[in-house]
Amino acid sequence: MSSAMIDLIIKATLDTLYMVGVSGILAALLGVPLGVMLYVTRPRQILARPALNQALGMVTNIGRSIPFIILMVAIIPFTRMVVGTSIGTNAAIVPLTIAAIPFVARLVEGALNEIPPGLVEAAQSMGATPGQIITKVLLPEARGGIITGLTITVVTLVSYSAMAGAVGGGGLGDLGIRYGYNRFNPTVMLITVAILVVMVQGFQSLGDYLVRKSDRK
Amino acid sequence: MITLRNVSKTYHIKGGHKDGARGHVKVVEALKNADLHVPQGSIHGVIGLSGAGKSTLIRCVNLLERPTSGSVTVDGQEMTRLSSSALNQARHRIGMIFQHFNLLTTRNVFDNVALPLELMGMKRTAIRERVMPLLELTGLTDKISQYPAQLSGGQKQRVAIARALASEPRVLLCDEATSALDPQTTGSILELLRDINQKLGLTILLITHEMEVVKSICHRVSLISGGELVEEADVGDFFTAPGTQLGREFLNDFLQLEPPKGLVERLQAEPGEHTHPVVRLAFSGDAVSTPLISRLARDCEVDVSILQAKVESIQERTLGLMIAELLGPAEKTRQAIDYLESHDLHVEVLGHVQRDD
Repeated sequence: MSSAMIDLIIKATLDTLYMVGVSGILAALLGVPLGVMLYVTRPRQILARPALNQALGMVTNIGRSIPFIILMVAIIPFTRMVVGTSIGTNAAIVPLTIAAIPFVARLVEGALNEIPPGLVEAAQSMGATPGQIITKVLLPEARGGIITGLTITVVTLVSYSAMAGAVGGGGLGDLGIRYGYNRFNPTVMLITVAILVVMVQGFQSLGDYLVRKSDRK
Repeated sequence: MITLRNVSKTYHIKGGHKDGARGHVKVVEALKNADLHVPQGSIHGVIGLSGAGKSTLIRCVNLLERPTSGSVTVDGQEMTRLSSSALNQARHRIGMIFQHFNLLTTRNVFDNVALPLELMGMKRTAIRERVMPLLELTGLTDKISQYPAQLSGGQKQRVAIARALASEPRVLLCDEATSALDPQTTGSILELLRDINQKLGLTILLITHEMEVVKSICHRVSLISGGELVEEADVGDFFTAPGTQLGREFLNDFLQLEPPKGLVERLQAEPGEHTHPVVRLAFSGDAVSTPLISRLARDCEVDVSILQAKVESIQERTLGLMIAELLGPAEKTRQAIDYLESHDLHVEVLGHVQRDD
């Protein structure tokens, strides 16, 4: 394999890590609060707002039901508005983040749902405000579940990022399609897939490790 | 210290759908016109079967459940009229412990006990000064950095008690605090509760379905059934002579003092020509140490055949219970019952049995 090819593979790997890393962090920053909102505004919850809850739920569901490849194309005008361009890795980060936010939110909501209601009741009996219940009870107690959810999200982002080639996004998926598939180069195809497998394994192991560390049960 | 006046709680459950807008609304009256007064420093038990409204009652005290109507006063403060921030302040003065402990799994013993103080915005050093003596009081000093998953049920409830005491409350609410514990651990937790009641002068309101709990630590007891408080008495009186059928059922169930099966089948409600009465005697105080049965034989000329007997210690009081047949002419047995009643015994005629001879 030519050294140019190796450089391409290295660059594609870094592009993928960059897209997944940035969109993962942004999705966590926006998705975790949305997930908390989805949970605490439920009827009979600490900030019960049934109408708001339904509206948020609907938006989240819409976000989750649009296929990523369509979302990516559909929001091109928005992407251009945010990052100034509709091609390249930065442009790919926008749809990746938008696709991942509702995903994270539902997983966080699910993790919060696992907390025994008695813990919230106990905190209320101690005179905790809703904000204190979120920061001192809900989030710490759901930490393991939230990390599990974020791990799933990152792994999903790795596979979504492979589709980013469709908007000229670069990364390993793009490389695999262009060189491996379109130019009949099975070696490149295999190498990109192998790197993706290792990457996913790595993220999963890191996630599992963090869950184990936070788990006191 | 705690006063409930005419407190009712009604739930509207929409038919079938938990959150649903459809279906007809089912109205459940979980609590009906409850009146309760717990004076400063006393331990008051509310006993009832599951679904009787115990949980709703105790949750109405710190407004975890907001009563539909009525007034709740704790330490002179009308709880139902407080703003949400004033309510949170008031809750700092009301500790609560639960059947399933409700400890945070991600915090160790120290941090669990520190939680209410963190919520109050206390500084770390001040928190430490407050937490350490509580861990000592509850016997947890060596468990300070363990996590709840590493503790036994009894130890978890001790942590929960220490946590409930951290904000120096005037009142402690116990929601089935020993129901998830084995009998031995129950005993040690009850001892701890009695201890803090005496040492700290803490007023305790507890709900339970176990007579053992009422017997060992309560001063007064209320009986709840179908959302209504149907009976209230000093614990000694309650164990001597419950005022309601339900109270008697609880007591009989607890004491396991039933007339023998064969006899029950032969019992008839009305006296006949050749019958003699079967009585349940409950005696406490001086009557326990008086040789009443032999006096009965001597003075009233009736023979007494004891079918079941038991002596229970209800805190400082000794309570004697007996099921006996009084053998003698109808007139004599009537006199015997009068005699017993005149000596402050509680006599209940269970029925009459035909003479064998």
